[in-house]
Amino acid sequence: MNVEQKQYDEMVKQVSPKSAVFMNSIKAFFVGGIICAIGQVLYNFFEARGFSQENTGILVASVLITVAILLTALGLYERIGKFAGAGSVVPITGFANAIAAPAIEHKKEGLVLGVGAKMFVIAGPVIVYGTVTSVIVGIIYYFVR
Amino acid sequence: MTKHFGEASVKFSNPPSIISAAAIVGPKEGEGPLAAHFDKISDDILFGKDTWEQAESELMRQTIEACVAKSGVQMKDINYIFAGDLLNQNSGSIYGARSFERPFYGLFGACSAMGMAMQLGTMLIDGGFADYTIANASSHFCGAEKTFRFPLELGTQRTPTASWTVTGDGAVLLSSVGEGPYITAATTGAIIDLGQKDVNNMGAAMVPAAADVIVKHFRDLQLAPDHYDIIATGDLGIYGKDLLIQLLQKENLNISDRLTDCGIEIYDAEKQDVHAGGSGCGCSAVVFASYFLKKIKKGEINKMLFVPTGALHSVVTFQQGESIPGIAHAVAIERSI
Repeated sequence: MNVEQKQYDEMVKQVSPKSAVFMNSIKAFFVGGIICAIGQVLYNFFEARGFSQENTGILVASVLITVAILLTALGLYERIGKFAGAGSVVPITGFANAIAAPAIEHKKEGLVLGVGAKMFVIAGPVIVYGTVTSVIVGIIYYFVR
Repeated sequence: MTKHFGEASVKFSNPPSIISAAAIVGPKEGEGPLAAHFDKISDDILFGKDTWEQAESELMRQTIEACVAKSGVQMKDINYIFAGDLLNQNSGSIYGARSFERPFYGLFGACSAMGMAMQLGTMLIDGGFADYTIANASSHFCGAEKTFRFPLELGTQRTPTASWTVTGDGAVLLSSVGEGPYITAATTGAIIDLGQKDVNNMGAAMVPAAADVIVKHFRDLQLAPDHYDIIATGDLGIYGKDLLIQLLQKENLNISDRLTDCGIEIYDAEKQDVHAGGSGCGCSAVVFASYFLKKIKKGEINKMLFVPTGALHSVVTFQQGESIPGIAHAVAIERSI
């Protein structure tokens, strides 16, 4: 071919449209905000019914996770995600979706090697590095406190 | 080698005929602009089966069966089946062809599979090793997503250059005797890698291979740029086609007025939200086995160069930071000889 890799990279860059980062960010901001606002409404609801602060937090997370998994199973969360991008990935509902989606996809490979093994294929790294980071931060906090 | 020309091309001395073809697709393809040309459109993405993998095999089985039934040839007379797909270890084709109990070659050339299958099927016939061969390629959107990307229900956004894997299977039955359309020549592609690493822009990764094989085909066989009425690449998509025109211009080959891409033809990109267009082994296979073949038979196209294109990466090589090698195979089809 009469073309160098660098030159071709430049050609590819020129013809390939980029993702609409600005519009996507706005959509993500609003959908993410709505999910968090729903969380806040739930928080106030449970708090008003006399649950302790700790239990209220757990209840809010449980409801959001359950709803997100339900929406995933109905194939609706992917539509929200297609519109909202990071707006529905970052909140806890996105985490629930990331666990439920591979579990559904790999159900046919059985409960152990399918659902069990593949469930954390996307969320697993988040758990691993989340835990590792919290340990590191904890150690630093212990010494600088 | 009397039939071999130039660097990578062959011309057939007794060009085999395409005596029958079939194309079966899924629901989304059935909503596209080529709907009227397919043999069957399944409303059920699972094709009556339980898993995506079984669905693809069932799709493949039905298409080959339909192709053979239309020809009047018996399945027992088929000398060889060549088939390719995108699933691991060619399982789409293997389980699909299992019940036929015919001599079978499973091919992996990613989305260039139909080109490989047609070339090999034709070579065996012209070499005198077979009277009837089947060339087949299949893909299934859900199976491909599961193999190469994310689970279907995961809420993510696709980039503008991403393509949509076609759910479909295209089969052609090649014969040593027949009244055409004829497969007259072929150029086998080399693996070409210009360092592209974006799996969401596979058109860009495959374009250099397509350009390379097209240039070699014209040079090896000493053809004029207007020799073919149409030149159809496999699944480069909207942006890939633009790139290909640019690369070919650098090689002083101007065919842009007769160039199209099966990935562009199969969907309505705007209405069907497929971004860059269709892809997958089934993409070029169904578009050729239905739309283009009918046009050739009707005389709307007399000479066609069919160039299925493939991106030869795997999930593991991508994760290890390797670039995406491309490949393309060119097959010349003529209405009469």
